Amino acid sequence: MKPTSASLMRLKGIIRKESLQILRDPSSIAIAFVLPVVLLLLFGYGVSLDARQIPLAVVVERTDAGSASFIGAFEHSDYFELQAFDSIQAAQLAFDVRAVFGIVWLRNDFSDRLLTTGEAPVGVILNGVDANQARITAGYIQGAWQAWLASYARLQGVELPLPVTLEPRIWFNAAVRSRNFLVPGLIAVIMTLIGAMLTSMVVAREWERGTMESLMVTPVRIGELMIGKLFPYFVLGMGGMLLSVAMAMGLFGVPLRGSFWVLTAVSALFMLVALGMGLLISVVAKNQFVAGQISIITTFLPAFILSGFIFQISSMPTAIQVITHIVPARYYVAILQTVFLAGDIWPIILANSAALLAMMIVFIGLARRKLHKRLDA
Amino acid sequence: MTTFRRILALAVKELLAILKDRKSRFVLVAPPIAQLIVFGYAATFDLNNIPLALYNEDRSAVSRELVARLTGSPHFVLVGHVGQDAQIAPLIDNKKALMVLHLGPRFSADVKRGKTAHLQVIIDGRNSNTALLALGYLRSIVTDFNLDWSRQHGGSGPPAVLRIRPWYNENLLSRWFVVPGIIGLITLVVTTVVTGLSVAREREAGTFDQLLVTPLRPVEILVGKSIPGLLIGLIEGSFILLMVVLWFEVPLRGSLGALYLGMSLFLLSAVGIGLLISSLAVTQQQGILGAFLFLVPSVILSGFATPISNMPQVVQHLTLFNPMRYFMVILRGVFLEGDSYGLLLNQYWPMAMIAVVALSLAAWLFRNRMH
Repeated sequence: MKPTSASLMRLKGIIRKESLQILRDPSSIAIAFVLPVVLLLLFGYGVSLDARQIPLAVVVERTDAGSASFIGAFEHSDYFELQAFDSIQAAQLAFDVRAVFGIVWLRNDFSDRLLTTGEAPVGVILNGVDANQARITAGYIQGAWQAWLASYARLQGVELPLPVTLEPRIWFNAAVRSRNFLVPGLIAVIMTLIGAMLTSMVVAREWERGTMESLMVTPVRIGELMIGKLFPYFVLGMGGMLLSVAMAMGLFGVPLRGSFWVLTAVSALFMLVALGMGLLISVVAKNQFVAGQISIITTFLPAFILSGFIFQISSMPTAIQVITHIVPARYYVAILQTVFLAGDIWPIILANSAALLAMMIVFIGLARRKLHKRLDA
Repeated sequence: MTTFRRILALAVKELLAILKDRKSRFVLVAPPIAQLIVFGYAATFDLNNIPLALYNEDRSAVSRELVARLTGSPHFVLVGHVGQDAQIAPLIDNKKALMVLHLGPRFSADVKRGKTAHLQVIIDGRNSNTALLALGYLRSIVTDFNLDWSRQHGGSGPPAVLRIRPWYNENLLSRWFVVPGIIGLITLVVTTVVTGLSVAREREAGTFDQLLVTPLRPVEILVGKSIPGLLIGLIEGSFILLMVVLWFEVPLRGSLGALYLGMSLFLLSAVGIGLLISSLAVTQQQGILGAFLFLVPSVILSGFATPISNMPQVVQHLTLFNPMRYFMVILRGVFLEGDSYGLLLNQYWPMAMIAVVALSLAAWLFRNRMH
């Protein structure tokens, strides 16, 4: 029993030293608490894929009942903000300087063809530079067109002249709010940043200042040193994490359909992965400049782009999909989006947690080995 | 002349400080290339191989034709068949299928009688953007099917049809949108990291005081410290530009000069902000933190991935202070829309202003942060 109690004492000492260091340099506390709040506020409001009030130019070459009823369908939609132009040339000028996102163009003979031959063409020009926005706008325009078809058929007293109509039911997010999936994803991005930033410079700083050697000559063991260094940051990180979840639910109205305890347990696991990654970076880099650079490069952008937070992983080329497997945020994003929006779906939670567990073991194990080698040298 | 030589000497010293260390050299070269390749392929909103399950209670020639159109499209992949309602939820919940199509038993009967048949679609909305896009692909296939069916069966088509034509990016490849943006993304990261620590490091080592007592004036220190970041940013930016054109084959339709003017102003403002952060920081840790705090919002609020026009007004106003926002417009304008200087004036001057303000503040701080 003796060695364990001595070990416990040493551990307590290291934890106390790290905690004091955190308390005396308030920057880590700022990272853990202020940063998630600021980032979540900024991103929760800033990152949205829901287009509203898309500026559209409308060119009606001849105003009559037919064209008015068609344009009416667009006026009733709050997806669009219409601006009328007299000619297609004038509309195109506005389009070129990006004052409008697209043009809806009803030619002179629109109403005549509506009544005689049918299939009267409606010209729609969209700014395709942002392909995603263009596709979504095209979808809204098609929606307005279908609404018009239905009301037109009703007025004429005929069947809707469409053999097949779609009846979509969007599960888990019926209102199609992009915030509902982006905010949980943001928690993953933010926690990756915070976990790695908190620890990435901790060890590098000790090497640079030469205090690592002083720590090494104390009876403290490597394992104790690592646990002692990680523990206070783990507590800090979990605090920030809970704060983020509270904001997601309270401020952004994201529903939490799964259980809170699953969310907490998985987040604790992810926090350990992120801290372990930071620790590994700081052990490898040995100086703060390189440690800082590596942590910027390996955390933020991969978590942002390769985690499935915003870009769908299954649409990426196979080689890139393989690479996404080494991004820890990928697993956490999958769990978060499911636990928040769909509920406790165990196959997804367990599979991704297993991957997180494996990554935690690899990161912390590697950090331990590297730290050990340095000691011998 | 002596001013010029002094600045040159300082710039060379700064460059050496960055490049002499093997690890920092590596960090400047390898990750940007790897990021360009990986992100260039990863950052796309286009969907392909959407896993689709079918719940077909109809099984007639009509439904077979519709299904054949779906499975023949590169966007969809048929992953399974459903026989009853209860099987739908597990498929969607476990992400085995993104959507389940339900054709009721009266589907073809309705179509043949000229009644509108309802095609039920259940979509996983966990990622609402993906759900909307998948629905869009499905909708265009159904619309084509409708038109063809009406024509073949002598029915009257819809009274009006949409002819949607996207300009500048005719096939709506989101890669064309995202990849040019990566030029801004990577040069911003590299430049900020290089400059964000340049003063803090010297402060920590105590060599900044020595620098201040040399004959160098603060302005000269500023210029000398700016040059390496600017140079590294321009070189990496040019390299990535080349890759975007040659490797990713994004068309470069506008004026290259207009693009480089934008890149120079953008890098100058990034250098200015980097030096500002650096001179505010007392330790390197604070320098890195500051660089991080600047980088992350800059990227997210730049329009790189999500449009600025979707943000609330307050946040949109905030983006006006973000140099990357302007550079994104320039990149996409020059690449896809064929813009030249004239159309981009409104993007140039805000970046120039940000650069001037940040650089002057940094120079002032060099001296006044001492005491």
